[in-house]
Amino acid sequence: MDATLTSRGNWQSILGRYPFVPALIILIMLLVFNGMAEPNSLSFRSVNGLFKTYMALMFLAVAQTLVVSAADVDLSLGAILSLVNVTVVTTIGVFGDGPLAIVAACLVGVFVGFLCGLLNGFVVAGLNLQPIVATFATGVLFTGIALWVLPVAGMPVPSAYWRLYGGSVLGIPFIYYILAGLGLAIFLISRTTLMVKILAVGDDQQGAFQSGLPVTRIRISAYAYCGVFSAFAALCITGDTASGDPLVGNAMTLYSIAAVVLGGTALSGGKASLLGASIGALTIGLINSLVFFVGTPSEWQNLVQGMSILVALMLGIFVSRRVEQ
Amino acid sequence: MSSSTAQFLTKARSRITKLSPNPLIVALCLIAGLLVVGEFLSPGFASLPQILRLLVVASILGIVAAGQNLVILGGREGIDLSVGGIVSLSAIIAGNVMSGADIGILPAIIACLAIGGFIGFLNGVGVTFLGIPPLVMTLGMLGVLQGLLVVVRQGIPSGLAAPALSSFVASPLLFGVPGIIWLWLMIGLFMALLLHRTVLGYRIYAIGANENAARMAGVPVRAVRISLFMMSGMFSAIAGMCILGYSGSSFANVGDQYMLASIIAVVLGGTPLAGGKGGYTGTMTGAVLLVVLQSILTTLNIDEAGRQIAFGGTLLLLMVFYGRGQSLRI
Repeated sequence: MDATLTSRGNWQSILGRYPFVPALIILIMLLVFNGMAEPNSLSFRSVNGLFKTYMALMFLAVAQTLVVSAADVDLSLGAILSLVNVTVVTTIGVFGDGPLAIVAACLVGVFVGFLCGLLNGFVVAGLNLQPIVATFATGVLFTGIALWVLPVAGMPVPSAYWRLYGGSVLGIPFIYYILAGLGLAIFLISRTTLMVKILAVGDDQQGAFQSGLPVTRIRISAYAYCGVFSAFAALCITGDTASGDPLVGNAMTLYSIAAVVLGGTALSGGKASLLGASIGALTIGLINSLVFFVGTPSEWQNLVQGMSILVALMLGIFVSRRVEQ
Repeated sequence: MSSSTAQFLTKARSRITKLSPNPLIVALCLIAGLLVVGEFLSPGFASLPQILRLLVVASILGIVAAGQNLVILGGREGIDLSVGGIVSLSAIIAGNVMSGADIGILPAIIACLAIGGFIGFLNGVGVTFLGIPPLVMTLGMLGVLQGLLVVVRQGIPSGLAAPALSSFVASPLLFGVPGIIWLWLMIGLFMALLLHRTVLGYRIYAIGANENAARMAGVPVRAVRISLFMMSGMFSAIAGMCILGYSGSSFANVGDQYMLASIIAVVLGGTPLAGGKGGYTGTMTGAVLLVVLQSILTTLNIDEAGRQIAFGGTLLLLMVFYGRGQSLRI
């Protein structure tokens, strides 16, 4: 009896400190299954491919975690991704395709993402609208602007852009530099006072307000950071697809929420793991590739993927609730 | 600040909240205003046949929103993102069961209600017994349903509406009004009776306002919440059949557009997402408002981009009027 109590206590403290542990266990299990189904899927090449395809979702999941930590949610981040994607592609078209022009276009894209996040923060925290419906409305607005910037999909980016994204620098694939950048960003953001304040607001908004925190400003900054990370995701998508598409991100919004939950972040706010969210994004990627590698007939793949993601979501939440009790 | 000033401020504030407009009246005024604007922009917009056409479209959204409304009223961040998937699935199943024959309508209704109810039941069990937040549970369910749609459809559009169903939805039934609008009114009546005249209705408001208090008062919280999700699934199934009747055959993912639109209709109708407050009459006007707005944007001769920008902007404006959360300063 005593032993079970302490072991539960241990798990509790581990989960409290590292809420991403269940996600990591699921990820490792998936890696093993993938390896069993198709040994080639664990080769250096395939892992590179996995990162290349799901890097955008990893950034989006981190973006979503930032607002979910404050007990908000952002349903517009897929639309922000699309808007930044078409902005970058169009700006490169205007500036020409020299390396300087590409860098300038990326900066413009990040700035657009920041502005979108700021608008979201303003309508949700400033005007006090309900996050789900308000960010849906801004998402429609952003999609409209993206369609105005680039009405039809297909404008290509210069080859220098996608060659760099898919290629290698100093013998190491470029994607790992991005991964290292994401890791560093997660490490740094987790240690800022802003993140602590965001979590405080998410845990108890009224309490945070009464203890003197500028709640509105904190929520707006969470949305602004969310916009910036969605813009980073857009830069990755642009490298992966090598073209502009005004509707590329719409389907990714809901996946980003699933990744956040898989990563051990509570939607009710106050408890978050940025690292977990990026692991959650990879988990979704591995589920999709596993379903492919075990040889599921093509028309059944979506169903099996959907069911596996649902089971993973339920398992993660169920386990962490059990441990907490 | 002396206590009398404080008292004065509280009184003044409560007077302001009393004066703040009733969402139902705001929505009705906005609908009337939009109709006038529409008539001005394109003569005939507010004519009776055109209004009936708008109401047919609104009734499908309104039926989906009825279920959404119930789940949201039940509180604990209640929301149903799977409604769109159920609508699409029900349209396909109904089309295949009846495959163009009137005799197949009854079996189709039974099949769709059973499937919608079952999916809602699974949602409810996940939310209550496993403790999964509704947003996550129904989001995961949406993924499953989208996969299921691919399997059922096998890549080809299939299913055909029975003639009786099509004429029920599209052509006049009574006093020149199509049957689907009558159906919607009946559902409105059903919702009003359910919410305000039955024990279940009072229990829905009770668990939405304060779940713990309701549990201590003996409300079977889990059973009530599961029934809410089941009703949401069944309303979506009914809406799916109506879409089949409206369009004749079922095509890919017809239901997708209803997922967030149904939530918006509920919010525009004055039911806050926090639950425990509000009702279906407001949601009905919210659905009409949404459809009239979309219709005006279609009437205006602007491209897709402009339409989306105007729609998003107007939604934000409407929400500033009402649908705002509580202020932190009490």
